[in-house]
Amino acid sequence: MDSGERLALARELVQQLESGNEAEVTRIASLMSALSSDGVESKLFQEVGRLTRELHEAINEFLLDPRINELARVEIPDASERLSYVISMTEKSANTTLSAVEAGLPLADDLGSQARAISVQWGRFCNRELSVDEFRELSRDLGGFLELTATRSKQLHGHLTDVLMAQDFQDLTGQIIRQVITLVHDVEDKLVQLVRISGSKLPEKQKDAKKLEGPVIPGIDQGDTVNGQDDVDDLLSSLGF
Amino acid sequence: MNKNMKILIVDDFSTMRRIIKNLLRDLGFTNTQEADDGNTALPMLQSGNFDFLVTDWNMPGMTGIDLLRAVRADPNLVKLPVLMVTAESKREQIIEAAQAGVNGYVVKPFTAVTLEEKISKIFERVGS
Repeated sequence: MDSGERLALARELVQQLESGNEAEVTRIASLMSALSSDGVESKLFQEVGRLTRELHEAINEFLLDPRINELARVEIPDASERLSYVISMTEKSANTTLSAVEAGLPLADDLGSQARAISVQWGRFCNRELSVDEFRELSRDLGGFLELTATRSKQLHGHLTDVLMAQDFQDLTGQIIRQVITLVHDVEDKLVQLVRISGSKLPEKQKDAKKLEGPVIPGIDQGDTVNGQDDVDDLLSSLGF
Repeated sequence: MNKNMKILIVDDFSTMRRIIKNLLRDLGFTNTQEADDGNTALPMLQSGNFDFLVTDWNMPGMTGIDLLRAVRADPNLVKLPVLMVTAESKREQIIEAAQAGVNGYVVKPFTAVTLEEKISKIFERVGS
C-alpha cells in the first residue's frame, strides 16, 4: 500500500472518529494495522493464539475420551490376565501331552521287544527247527503276546486320546489372543493420536544389540537373525567350528 | 560315546526340559538331571561330576550365556562340553556364544534329528 492510500485511510479514520461511528473506526484501524509492517506480527500472534487454542482443545478432548480411561484402568490389566491364562493353558496342555507320551512310549517299547523275541522263535518254527517242547512254549508266548497286545493297544489308545483332548486349548487361546490383538490396535490408535497432537518428531528407535529377541517371528525386524539351523551351522563353520 | 554320562539340562520352562530329557532318553542317555536357570545349575555342575551341559540362553536369574562364561572360568569345568538350545537367533549372539566357548548351538524350534546330530558331533570332536 502506498503512502497516498494510507493517507486516504487516515483521513477517513479521522472523519469517522469525528462523526462517532465506532464500528467504522474499528474496521479502518484494524485494516491499517493489518496492512502496516507491525500488522504481520499481530497476524502471527493471532495465528499462534489460534493454534494454542486448538491444541488445548485437542488435548482436552483426548483426556476426556472415556475410551482412554477404560483402556488404562480395565482393559490393559485384563489383557495381562488373559495372556497369563494363555500361558497357563498352553503349559497345562504341554504337560498333559508330555505325560501321555511318557506313559505311552514304554508300552510301545514293551510290545516291540516282546514281538522281536517271539519273532526269533517264530522264524525257527517256520524252518522246522523247533522241538515239541519249544513249540509248546512258543504257543504259550504267542497267546500271552496276543493278550498283551490287546491290553497295550487299549492303554495306548487311552494315552493318545489324552493327547488329542489336550489340544482343546488352541481354540480358546486363539480367541483370547485375538481379543488382546484388538486391544493393542486400539491402544496403538490412541498413541498415534497423541503423537499427532504433540506434533513432535519422535527420535528413531535404536535397536538394543544386547536385548534378547527370543524366537524369530516372520514379518518382524529383529535385527540380523539366522534363518534356521542350517544358517547357524554355516555361521559356526565359518567361525571354524 | 558313553551312554551313561551324566547330563544337566537347564531351561526355565519345565516342558522344554521334559522334551529334551525324553529325546536324550530315546538316544540312550538316561542319566539326566534338570535345573531351571544358571544360578541353580552352577552349584550342581561344581559338585556333581557332570559330563555334558545342555542349556537354554534366555532364563530369569542367570542366563545361559552367563552360565557358559562361569563354566569356562571354572578350572574344574573349563573342558565341560556345552550345547546351547535356544530361540535366540541373532548372528551376533551365535558369535558371542561361540566366542564364550560353546561346543554346539541348536535354535528352537528344533528336531530330534538335529539334537542327535549336534550331540554326536560334539563328542566326536571332544573324543578326537
